[in-house]
Amino acid sequence: MQLFVFICAAAMILAGAIGVIVRSHPVHAALSLVLTLFGVAVMFVAQDAHFLAAVQVIVYAGAIVVLFLFVIMLLGVDRAESLRIDPVKVQRPLAAIVGLGMFGLIAGAIIKGRDSLGTRGTGIDKATEASHDSNIKQLANDLFSNHVFAFEVTSVLLVIAVVGTVLLARRPGKSGAADTSDDDVVQAAKNDKAGAR
Amino acid sequence: MLAVAPTPTWYLILAALLFSIGAVGVLVRRNPLVMFMCIELMLNAVNLSFVAMAKALGDIGGQTTVFFVLVVAAAEVVVGLGIIVSILRKRPHATADDLAELKG
Repeated sequence: MQLFVFICAAAMILAGAIGVIVRSHPVHAALSLVLTLFGVAVMFVAQDAHFLAAVQVIVYAGAIVVLFLFVIMLLGVDRAESLRIDPVKVQRPLAAIVGLGMFGLIAGAIIKGRDSLGTRGTGIDKATEASHDSNIKQLANDLFSNHVFAFEVTSVLLVIAVVGTVLLARRPGKSGAADTSDDDVVQAAKNDKAGAR
Repeated sequence: MLAVAPTPTWYLILAALLFSIGAVGVLVRRNPLVMFMCIELMLNAVNLSFVAMAKALGDIGGQTTVFFVLVVAAAEVVVGLGIIVSILRKRPHATADDLAELKG
């Protein structure tokens, strides 16, 4: 049963990942990304990381991909990109070589270090594993005892990210021009679509 | 049904494959949004290997790390998409090749 789950989730992950890099339409790539993220969430459940699986679906598939789709629609770049054009001639073969080499190196290291994996640790505590909320309890214990300072700093990071984005996305020079800027974007997108036709 | 249970090695190999696919995507694609999605693929590969090691070593710290990676990824997406919006607003359909403003 575990093997079946692994094979199904692995197929989802790999199909989605390949979809992201070969689909020429950005919306299709974003939807392939959702497939991969769900596959990773299934993998999390299969390895007793239930809280992270829920967060993965809510934050990644729910928020981040929606943000991607929102930006694609907002900017009107939902047009297929031609994948036939290769601006740098050697780029594709080089990228393939780099990818295969990277996979080969990592896989070699994993297989070489495989024997030292099973010898340490006794698995996540069996007594707490039996109860339903064990994973969340363990995670919360670790998060709020050992990593509480990092957790607080994380909130600062999020605030900085939000403020930075507001500053970046604002139009320079004109204050209070938020209502007109959106119209400009829509108009630009319309012009662009008209030009494409 | 086979009685073989997937070992942590399988998960790590899968994560390596996913990471490599994401890296190739970043190198090959020219649409900045899709390049960004490929970075998400690589982050997910790392998350997957963290969770696999947390399970294998019986240490919940790996899952805590994944939690922080998720938060940082969310912040990164917000800032990155802000930059992409401000670039593409001026020039729709700009690809990564066209963005040479920092060139000296």
